[in-house]
Amino acid sequence: MLKEISFTINGKKETMTINAGETLLEVLRERLHLTGAKKGCEVGECGACAVLVDGTAINSCIYLAVWADGREIVSIEGIAKGGLPSKLQEAFIAEGAIQCGYCTPGFVISATSMVESGKCYSKEDVKQGLAGHLCRCTGYQNIIRAVMKTLEQ
Amino acid sequence: MYPIADYTEARTLEEAIEQLSSNPGLLIIAGGTDLLIKLYHGKLDTVQLLSLRQIKSLQIITENGDGSISIGSLSTFKEIGGHPIVQQGIPILAEAAMAMGGPQIRSMATIGGNICNGIPSADSAPALFALNAILKLQSKEGERAIPIQEFYRGPGQVDLKQGELLTEILITPDNYQHFGGCYIKFSMRKAMDIATLGVAATCKLNGTARFGQVRIGLGVAGPTPLRCTLAEEYAVGKAVNGLTIAEIGKIAVQSAKSRTSWRASKEYREHLIEELTQRALTTAITRAGGVIDYA
Repeated sequence: MLKEISFTINGKKETMTINAGETLLEVLRERLHLTGAKKGCEVGECGACAVLVDGTAINSCIYLAVWADGREIVSIEGIAKGGLPSKLQEAFIAEGAIQCGYCTPGFVISATSMVESGKCYSKEDVKQGLAGHLCRCTGYQNIIRAVMKTLEQ
Repeated sequence: MYPIADYTEARTLEEAIEQLSSNPGLLIIAGGTDLLIKLYHGKLDTVQLLSLRQIKSLQIITENGDGSISIGSLSTFKEIGGHPIVQQGIPILAEAAMAMGGPQIRSMATIGGNICNGIPSADSAPALFALNAILKLQSKEGERAIPIQEFYRGPGQVDLKQGELLTEILITPDNYQHFGGCYIKFSMRKAMDIATLGVAATCKLNGTARFGQVRIGLGVAGPTPLRCTLAEEYAVGKAVNGLTIAEIGKIAVQSAKSRTSWRASKEYREHLIEELTQRALTTAITRAGGVIDYA
């Protein structure tokens, strides 16, 4: 079954006809060639596919593309502005919060929603906020440090 | 790509009920965090979906004039965990909501889906059992209300009739006012895990030193979530002290129907029930303003 959807992706309006069974992740990767969001577990466990929908981090592998209709989507490609990394991305680099890099887009997405919320976060809050992301290179300490550093700025 | 042959978005509850009665083959989708995973694992053939996501009237959390708290079935765990009415009136449910999954899952998953899937490990269930939640169900024939204890029939089986939708979860004031409560989820990981055991304890005291009412809801302690009625009956009128609490923990095990699974053995689960009932109740007593006599 085909459905027409319109949404904003990283500030750009898109209208397209999709299959009702397609996920937002598939639309991003295969139709829009935005391959920053990663296909990991495909069942909402690992967070590698996270994107922001109206400012909230969701797992795009278990988010039907039809649900994106009328929404504002931000993927990792939309985080850097004018070719410059965000403060959070700079902190990830400075703190060595990246090893293989597969989980990184997801972590940056969830951490960006925290940074942009303007709320105060303790280290424990940051851990809980990132609990939906798996890093198998065991880089959690550096990731948490990078997020704390950005929040403190 | 999920095997979805047909997808319809209902705009109102009436429209959803109409659609459901005219096409009994429709499957309901809300947050999708269980259904899409079943589809991914090939547990369902090609499906026709009816989405409730746009129905605003099912997304309301409110306190009614009589003091009862209504939670729309489409409320997400994030909304429930962060809602001031839930946090102030029934904080045990906020606690349970925040124990489920991780942030991205809590932003999508709905309480209605958690209940209607009928899984014994549903994080919302022990708290809702302890709160004597009433479920409101609507179909073309009208509305009916049923206690949550009667809704669960077996593992993955609930009393949801053909053409019926869960619309609201109702907590009446006599089931939460002046109660203290605590939910403990025991799992191998602190997030993104299924409970090995879930214990929800609530209590109301006579003064600060005697139990008025005690309620204990368990998850993953049997084929459905359940209440420990023997322990609850034992507690009434007893002194709030270490011995009573220890005895309540022991008796709670008698109501359980634990079994061995790859997550934990029957014996281990029973040990957890005894220990965690005591711990949850201890916190619940403090939150109800009680003082425990350990002398």
